[in-house]
Formats: sequence, C-alpha cells, structure tokens
Amino acid sequence: MGKLLKQIFLVDLFQGLWVTFRNQNPKYIYTEQYPAERPKVAERYRGAPRLNINPDNGETLCISCNLCALACPETLIVVTSQRNEETKRKELTTFTYDTSRCMFCGLCEDACPVDALELTQDFEMATYTREGQIWDRQMLEEGPRPTQYKC
Amino acid sequence: MPDSTFLDSTELVLNMGPQHPSTHGVLRVILKLDGEKVLGTECIIGYLHRGVEKIAENRTYAQFNPYVDRMDYVAAVSNGLGYCLAVEKLLNVEAPPRAQAVRVILTELNRIASHLLWLGTHALDIGAITPVFYCLREREEALKIFEKYCGARLTTHAFRIGGLLYETYDGFEQDVMQFCDMFVPKVDEYEELLTNNRIWVGRLKDVGILSAEECKEYGVTGPVLRAAGVKWDLRKAQPYSGYEKYDFEIPTRENGDTYDRYVVRMEEMRQSTRIMRQAVAAIPEGPIMGKVGKVIKPPVGEAYVSIEAPKGELGYYVVSDGSTQPYRCRVRPPSFVNLQALDRMIRGGLVADVVAVIGTLDIVLGEIDR
Ligand code: SF4
Ligand code: SF4
Repeated sequence: MGKLLKQIFLVDLFQGLWVTFRNQNPKYIYTEQYPAERPKVAERYRGAPRLNINPDNGETLCISCNLCALACPETLIVVTSQRNEETKRKELTTFTYDTSRCMFCGLCEDACPVDALELTQDFEMATYTREGQIWDRQMLEEGPRPTQYKC
Repeated sequence: MPDSTFLDSTELVLNMGPQHPSTHGVLRVILKLDGEKVLGTECIIGYLHRGVEKIAENRTYAQFNPYVDRMDYVAAVSNGLGYCLAVEKLLNVEAPPRAQAVRVILTELNRIASHLLWLGTHALDIGAITPVFYCLREREEALKIFEKYCGARLTTHAFRIGGLLYETYDGFEQDVMQFCDMFVPKVDEYEELLTNNRIWVGRLKDVGILSAEECKEYGVTGPVLRAAGVKWDLRKAQPYSGYEKYDFEIPTRENGDTYDRYVVRMEEMRQSTRIMRQAVAAIPEGPIMGKVGKVIKPPVGEAYVSIEAPKGELGYYVVSDGSTQPYRCRVRPPSFVNLQALDRMIRGGLVADVVAVIGTLDIVLGEIDR
C-alpha cells in the first residue's frame, strides 16, 4: 500500500528534485571564471618549462651536460654547447625545447643536476603557429607572456 | 505474390560511432537490427592505437613510465602502480612502507575519480543530466589532491620505479581526510537522485545481464564480475602494495544486470574512502624510495603483475633481456577483455539499451587500443 502511494505521488522523483534544489545554493557554485580570474595552480604544477638564470649576473645556470635531453622519452630537447678555450668550460650555445611534443612528465626536470631546467606554474602555452611551439633559449629564459584579461 | 510486402521488415545494419558521444571515446559498433531488437553486434576498435607496447621496447624503463598513464587516462595512477610493481618485481625490490601507503591512498583516490566520471557519463547517457555536474564537481576535488601532490591532474606520472619521487606535501593527510568526510554524504546524494528513481530503475533493471558463468568464460573482471555475484577482488585475493593491512568489504550483487553494476560501483566508492581513511591514519615514517640505482637495468627474466584497477584486472607483463630497455611489455587491459562480453549482453535487447550497456562496462578506449 505504502509503495503504491509512493508511486502515485511520485515520491522518488521529488526526492531527486529536492537534491537538485538543495544544490541551487550559491554556496555550491564551482565554476571558475577563467580568463577573468586566473586559477591558482598547485605549487608543484608541471607547466611551461623555464631555463633558470643566475639572478645576480644573468648567466644561465645550465652547464650543458645534456642529461635532460637523454632523460626525455620524447627526445625533444636539443642542447648544443661550445668549449670556451679560455676557461676550458663548456658553454651553452642553443637550447631548443619542442613544447608541442612534450607531455610534461617531469623527467627532464628530475635529471637536471643543477636545477637549471624547471617546469613552472605557467599553463598558457597556446600559439598561433606550430613553429611557435618550439621554444628557443631566449623564450625559455623569459617564459611565456600570456595576455592577461581583466574584467 | 511478391516475396515481401511493405509490412515485412528486413535486417538493418546500423553503424554507431566512432564519433558517437556515448561510445565513450572512439569505439565503433556495428549493430544488426530487426526493428528495435538487436540481433548482433560487432565492435571495431583501433582508432586510438598508438602502439604503446611497441614504444616500450624503445624506451628505458623509467622513460616508459609516463606512457602507461596514457592508456587508461581516467585511472592513470592505477596504471602507473601496475607498471611500477611489475618492474620492481623484475628488479626484486620492494617499495618502502611509506611509499606503499601513499600509493594505496592515491590509487583509491583515483578509483573514486574514475568511478565518478563513469557515474556522470553513464547517467548522462541514460538521460539523467544532473549527476554529471555533481560528479565532476567532486572529481575536481580528487584531481586537486593529485595536482598538489605531483603537479598534474590527469596523466599524473605520480610513482617511480622503486617508490615515489615526491614526498607528500604539507597538509596531504588533512586534504585526504577532508575529501573522505566531504565525499561520503555526496555518494548518498547521488543515490538519492538515482537509486530509487523510476526512470533510472526502469532503464537499468534486467538490461545487459551477464551471469557469473558467462563472466568467467569471457574473463570479465572488476565491478562487472562482482555484480554477477563472484566475490573476486585482487586487492583481497592477492594483496599488493600492502592492501592486506586494510579492512574493507568487497561489494557483490546477484543479478549481474546494469543496475547491479551501478550499485556495486557506488558501494566501492564508499569502501575506497574507508581504505583511504585507514591508510592516512597510519602512514609510516621513513624513506620513500627503495634501493634502485639511477640506471634501471633488471636482470634477464620476466614478471607479471596484476592489480585491481577501477575497471577490473590490469596486468603488466614485462620481459627483460638485461638491457636498460624492456624486451617486451604486454598489457592486459581490463576494458579490452570486458568489451568482449558486449555482444553477449546486448543480443536480444533493444537499441536504446545499447548505450546503457556500453556505459555500464566502463570502457576507456585508450586502454583498449593502446
Ligand atoms: S617534461 Fe617529459 S616529455 Fe617534456 S621535455 Fe621533459 S622529459 Fe621530455
Ligand atoms: S640537465 Fe640541466 S644543466 Fe644539463 S643540459 Fe639540461 S638544463 Fe642544462
């Protein structure tokens, strides 16, 4: 009998509707207003790569050891270096990083012995061209400059 | 008399997918129909084939680790765990207890995230739009914990061979506990929306029945098997990564229809929070990385490890020839095996149920095609 009444009065449907109604509470709004409000990503976020420079003299921290290029599963990092005859040290000449093939696994970052290569919290890496996805040393040192939208 | 009048119906071959939204990816199903009735199906797969097993042969053991996340991308952490355990077995090392506990927490969290995505999309396929919003909202919380822990949300690359790379962040325990506290009432909420809803029950009850016998014949595992009444869960049957320490139930049902599979998965989410609570309360101190050298070079041999992924039994078979690269890496994906039972489940059913049955199998095409 109770079951029949429940069926007639659509109890199950109203139960569900009550849940939906409860969730109308503005407290539960979850939408991120993305371009206007940039989400705060976690500290360990693996995003755009950066080649760190020494803040004091602007020299790169990279010692051109090529370990990152060897660690990368996609072999997308190319490091070239030149031996400086005066100081007998290897000096970085070019560093290219093809972000279009990168899967942001972080293996290169782990491999770097001097913490020169780092995956940062920048996540806006879209470009208009495919060539733009290949980052050179200057781009890696400066980082991407995404447009900031303000409301 | 002509052979057929206009009242006679002929068999109709209908092509569903690969772009059909409710085939959960790029599955193509060819349906043979007699009016509304399904006479037979044929699955065509391979649209997402990337040759992951072949890639493994050309990468070092550590380098292949991020690729396994891209098979079952909804449960990337489980894939990583399976692969790491297989290589660890080859190397004959074990992850330290602390690493094991953190691994358990993250895989259970991933199980919840995977089941939530399944519930949302499955309900969406059936016609209930609301649950998908709620499910994704809660899934977001789980993904945030992943993001904070390892820096990525979906393809996490959270584990390393031999243990973990990342130490837990400050507040990891609180975050997980908070998630558990928040999540259990939410499961009740989903149940309130769906479990007794007459449309939901009407669409799912007695649809796509797969008996225990048939499950075993097809090699189906995971919630599909448990809904048919077989109490089989690798976490209990052959515990790995310290699962024997935790107290949890294996939910089962008897009928093996779509509705039962829904009930089993809902209960599994609750059980996962139970495991997470126990694990978080007792994370041991200590190192997080086992004795693994910088260059991973396992001795000649082979190892097979299977774990209970959210979708069923996930196995990794790794053969080593003594070099730094695997000689062969074979994956036993749960979705691929479960998909084989699709024809058996739909045959004789109605067209409208096809979507329900595909949804209930919880397949991920990245894993099927590899
Ligand atoms: S993040 Fe991974 S794929 Fe990208 S460059 Fe580094 S090692 Fe290669
Ligand atoms: S591993 Fe670090 S130091 Fe070595 S080449 Fe790469 S970025 Fe430079």
